[in-house]
Amino acid sequence: MSEVKDQMPFEGAEKDSENLLVVKNLKKYFPIKSSFFKMTVGNVKAVDGVSFAIKKGTTMGLVGESGCGKSTTGRTILRLQEKTDGEVYFDGQDIFKLSKEELRKLRPRIQIIFQDPYSSLSPRLPVGEIIAEAVREHGIVPKEELDDYVTRVMEACGLQEWHKNRYPHEFSGGQRQRICIARALALNPDFILCDEPVSALDVSIQAQIINLLRELQKEFGLTYLFISHDLSVVEHISDTVGVMYLGNMVEYAETEKIYSNPLHPYTTALFSAIPVPDPDYKMNRIVLQGNIPSPANPPSGCKFHTRCDKCMEICKNKAPEMMEVEPGHFCACHLYDKNVSEENKETKEN
Amino acid sequence: MAKFIIKRLLYSVLILFFVMFLIYVLMYNMPTSFVETKARELASRPGATKSYTEWLADLNAQYGMDKGVVQGYFVWLSSAVRGNWGDSWQWTVPVLEKFNNTVWYSFALGLVSFIFEVIIAIPLGITAAKKQYSFTDYFTTVVAMVSISLPTFFLATLLKYVFAVKLGWVDLTGMQGRDYQFLSTFGKFLDLAKHFALPAVTLTVIGIGSLMRYTRTNMLEVLNSDYIRTARAKGVPEKKVIGKHAFRNTLIPLVTMLGGMLPGLFSGALITETLFGIRGIGYASYYSMTQADIPFIMFYLAFISVLTLLGNLISDLLYAAVDPRVRLS
Repeated sequence: MSEVKDQMPFEGAEKDSENLLVVKNLKKYFPIKSSFFKMTVGNVKAVDGVSFAIKKGTTMGLVGESGCGKSTTGRTILRLQEKTDGEVYFDGQDIFKLSKEELRKLRPRIQIIFQDPYSSLSPRLPVGEIIAEAVREHGIVPKEELDDYVTRVMEACGLQEWHKNRYPHEFSGGQRQRICIARALALNPDFILCDEPVSALDVSIQAQIINLLRELQKEFGLTYLFISHDLSVVEHISDTVGVMYLGNMVEYAETEKIYSNPLHPYTTALFSAIPVPDPDYKMNRIVLQGNIPSPANPPSGCKFHTRCDKCMEICKNKAPEMMEVEPGHFCACHLYDKNVSEENKETKEN
Repeated sequence: MAKFIIKRLLYSVLILFFVMFLIYVLMYNMPTSFVETKARELASRPGATKSYTEWLADLNAQYGMDKGVVQGYFVWLSSAVRGNWGDSWQWTVPVLEKFNNTVWYSFALGLVSFIFEVIIAIPLGITAAKKQYSFTDYFTTVVAMVSISLPTFFLATLLKYVFAVKLGWVDLTGMQGRDYQFLSTFGKFLDLAKHFALPAVTLTVIGIGSLMRYTRTNMLEVLNSDYIRTARAKGVPEKKVIGKHAFRNTLIPLVTMLGGMLPGLFSGALITETLFGIRGIGYASYYSMTQADIPFIMFYLAFISVLTLLGNLISDLLYAAVDPRVRLS
């Protein structure tokens, strides 16, 4: 079933210089070890064959319920942990083929903003040093200008110069997230991975941070991969959206297309849960039955078939491939596979 | 800050008052009585002129044991506050003199083994944490387990057997060689160092395990935190990730632990000192205790109490120095 996935829609996408980041069939398994002999008794398939491409200067949203492998995908792309299989191309070079030193040199170009601004800043360093450290380490600006540079970056992110000598615990959540953004931005990156950057913040602060991210994108031509479980936020900020379920990407398209015409039954169910600010609006929610299955022992065939309301016989046996249902709109579901649909009809008639 | 220190010092004085009272009550009511032993000994001497009860009354008056516990405590306290710690009953010299004669051997021993403990255990703990679940990690874990589980007397005996009996590198016990008197100052120092080698090794080995495991646990916790991932993601070299980001944060709990070790430097090591024939404070205090030598024990325990309180205060101050989140007020 995985052989088919090698001929992904993103075959050769890394050669297109418009694509800043190309992820092909990325897999990350976490071994489950028996407690006594440390033998691998199974794998948690956190990411099980994910592919996508992000064009320069655009934002891709990555959505899915918790535990579906969004953050793992993000961390593996940055090689903060090693992959199990697959390829990640950044600006044409395979990140997993770089040596440690080459990777370190590349680090400033790919930055990350973590979900929890309370734990992602070292409590022992003043804010100015947190921001300046890597700038100095990579020699991004000459030594004499470093201080001014840090001030400028901080101001761009809505922080004041006198914040420099303070420690992270002296700031509020929103300010801390601004520090995280300033820290990432100071390295002059091309790409920033935002791993649920606003989910730990108040709604009012969320808007501030999202708008800050958008302004910075316009100003510096940044590319974002925006991981979130908040569909409204993703709709607001993203150009393209990928939907993940249990380690697989089930649908991928431009934001407008996917929000106006979701194809995959999971996406449909997910989007039906977006609240609408209109009390008279009758929400047509599709409530999924059951829990998300364990990624250590995923269902056979299509991983979603246990909770799908349009489940067919074939779904239980054969995993669907990602295919281009309409131009630029990819979906991994048997419902949209012409051959399968007819086969299925036949089985129904019998 | 100054206010905090003053407040803490005042509290410490109060605590000290009650601690010493408690100790005095315990000492006073011990089943062994120095006075009774002495009276019995004097009364049973050939040609003794007084009976046991007469001697007892006599000695009680002489040693100030004829007063009640509370009154006795305040008598002791009032002279102690004025710096008069009295004479040791057992050693028949001023308490301070006896203390001064013994404590420095223990202190030297304690300090040397403490330094070695720190410079061996902390880097070992960090390495083990950096390579969690590797061979190095399991190896150091085994070493730590052995170190924690080994009884002092067994290890000391083993070391003596190998280095003193079999190899003959050092003397079996004692603090000085036979020709100590005839050595130059530097020679004397070397001779002492040689005799202190095995006890120091014993104490170091015994102490390494827990400190190493403590470092490892704290380091692991820090290494798994988000800000370490941030540091790696921003491309800080691994050396700095460990040294600057991780170790600084590991220091916080370590400092508290090390501050608590201050009294340990002066309290002596009873078993090790006894086994290696070192006339340190550990042995002296133990012997005084068995003989119910109240003035000496009171001074020794007062000294240790002060150090403990001081150690706690220093821990808190250091804590504030290494952790910017803690501001003392």
